[in-house]
Amino acid sequence: MTVSETSASTRAETGSGPMYDADEERRARKKRVEAIAQWVIPITVMAIAIWYWDRIVVWNGIEPYILPRPGLVMRTLFEDWGTLSQSLLVTLQITGMALAVAVIGGVGLAIIFSLSRFAEMSFSPFAVILQVTPIVAIAPLIFIYVESRLVGLLMCAWIVAFFPILANTTLGLKSADHNLSDLMTIYRANRWQRLRYLQIPSALPYFLGGLKIAGGLALIGAVVAEYVAGTGGIGSGLAFRILEAGYRLQIPRMFAALFLIALTGVIIFATTSLIAHLALRKWHESALKRE
Amino acid sequence: MRVARLAERAPILHMREVDKTFGGEVVALRRMSLTVNEGDFISLLGPSGCGKSTALRLIAGLMPPTVGRIEWEGGQGADDLGVVFQEPTLMPWATVAKNVWLPFRLRGHSYRSVRDRIEEALAMVGLEKFGNAYPRELSGGMKMRVSIARALVTNPRLILMDEPFAALDEITRQKLNDDLLELKAQIGATVIFVTHSVFESVFLSDRILVMAARPGRVVQEIVVDEPYPRGIAWRTAPEYGRIARQTSDALQGTLYTREAAE
Ligand SMILES: Nc1ncnc2c1ncn2[C@@H]1O[C@H](COP(=O)(O)OP(=O)(O)OP(=O)(O)O)[C@@H](O)[C@H]1O
Ligand SMILES: [Mg+2]
Repeated sequence: MTVSETSASTRAETGSGPMYDADEERRARKKRVEAIAQWVIPITVMAIAIWYWDRIVVWNGIEPYILPRPGLVMRTLFEDWGTLSQSLLVTLQITGMALAVAVIGGVGLAIIFSLSRFAEMSFSPFAVILQVTPIVAIAPLIFIYVESRLVGLLMCAWIVAFFPILANTTLGLKSADHNLSDLMTIYRANRWQRLRYLQIPSALPYFLGGLKIAGGLALIGAVVAEYVAGTGGIGSGLAFRILEAGYRLQIPRMFAALFLIALTGVIIFATTSLIAHLALRKWHESALKRE
Repeated sequence: MRVARLAERAPILHMREVDKTFGGEVVALRRMSLTVNEGDFISLLGPSGCGKSTALRLIAGLMPPTVGRIEWEGGQGADDLGVVFQEPTLMPWATVAKNVWLPFRLRGHSYRSVRDRIEEALAMVGLEKFGNAYPRELSGGMKMRVSIARALVTNPRLILMDEPFAALDEITRQKLNDDLLELKAQIGATVIFVTHSVFESVFLSDRILVMAARPGRVVQEIVVDEPYPRGIAWRTAPEYGRIARQTSDALQGTLYTREAAE
């Protein structure tokens, strides 16, 4: 590899010729190729997987009520769009609301914990107990005590989504740089200023990490809670559609609903990742591009 | 701004017979007495663990002394202190200008009302063009300058510096030493400067406190009676060499006397 390198470096020294050498050009090309491959490779692999799924069904003559072809799943999705879209909306609504309440509750409680050691000592055991008890075990009780189905579902989704936000934000609020904290003391910052100018910005990356986890968990909570609730009718979400389709052996519809749930999860993840990126891109190590 | 001769300066802070003991066992500082006068440039020089940082943290009010008192002449005002730590200690989420704004912001001054003073402070450390940069975009030496700009932006009576240049290379360090003296001459601040380096302390300060470890204590004060401004001429002067030698000997002494001074 030395031939091109030496000729390039002599050129650079004499100051004539192009500003970039062959190596630099090669690196730039490699970068461009990588940028394209980043998208092309996963999409291609996904397409091959779906195609292979289709072939397996055809080659083995598998009946649609055991494993439908991907095309049939898509057709079902369009044909049943009326019911499915409404269920999608319900699931989205529950997940979104649960996440919102989890953010408010988790961040609020984390701030209270950081302001008062006594509050932390008193309430963190409850938070831990809620977290370690599986939601499927709590859900039936919730649906006995809570009249409204929607509220019950919301509570379940909230319980699972809230802990990562609380735990991460609490950790973040405590992780402010010690020297900066001393500086606040020297400049006689009050409790509120310290929180606002030091602790909250320090906690932001931690909170956003928690938000990413909580987004996925809120969806899981919403789905699991609906399995437990079990009753249908208007206002039922995607999970109930899956149960219902299962009872009726409408396997393509099960797949269609499953597809929508997965899509929802991906969209939630992409959104929370984007929010994290936008909030941190200017300064946090996790969002910086390194040369 | 002219700095008065050593003997004519008015006192601003007294440390009286200060002890600091950690956990009832570790004596970090024993019977330290010090009067800081207006315009002093004091270096605390000593081996690792002799209580230099502890002394600074006591003066900064970050912890109370175990025994003894620290008194400000005329009481301590809110704007009396500026501090530079060994690390630049900047807020990574804020731009350079916003970092320098911090001391004002905590007093409730809006950015607009103090913009001139922030720009002035940045210009003093040669960073007027970097107000909108984030700390990560700066080199180590530049970050340290921002930290210095933040410490002096409020015109404090006393600036504490804990080995601010220890992590920098020799060239940057000399440059910052020169700049620091120039700044001090401009604003006439009083500085307490912690360092490991004999040469740095002789170059910068007019009072050198040589400290010894276990227990941490002041063993000798060396006066460097050379007027400011000091520059390259001072670095090569015979007198500089003589005092550096004397300081170095005093420092060597601390390594062997151990408990003898008790
Ligand atoms: N928070 C603390 N708790 C317990 N011991 C401490 C604490 N801070 C300092 N010490 C002890 O006090 C002594 C003096 O520490 P100090 O940090 O003041 O030394 P120093 O002179 O600044 O050293 P260096 O040059 O390495 O920074 C050391 O023996 C150290 O172990
Ligand atoms: Mg120290």
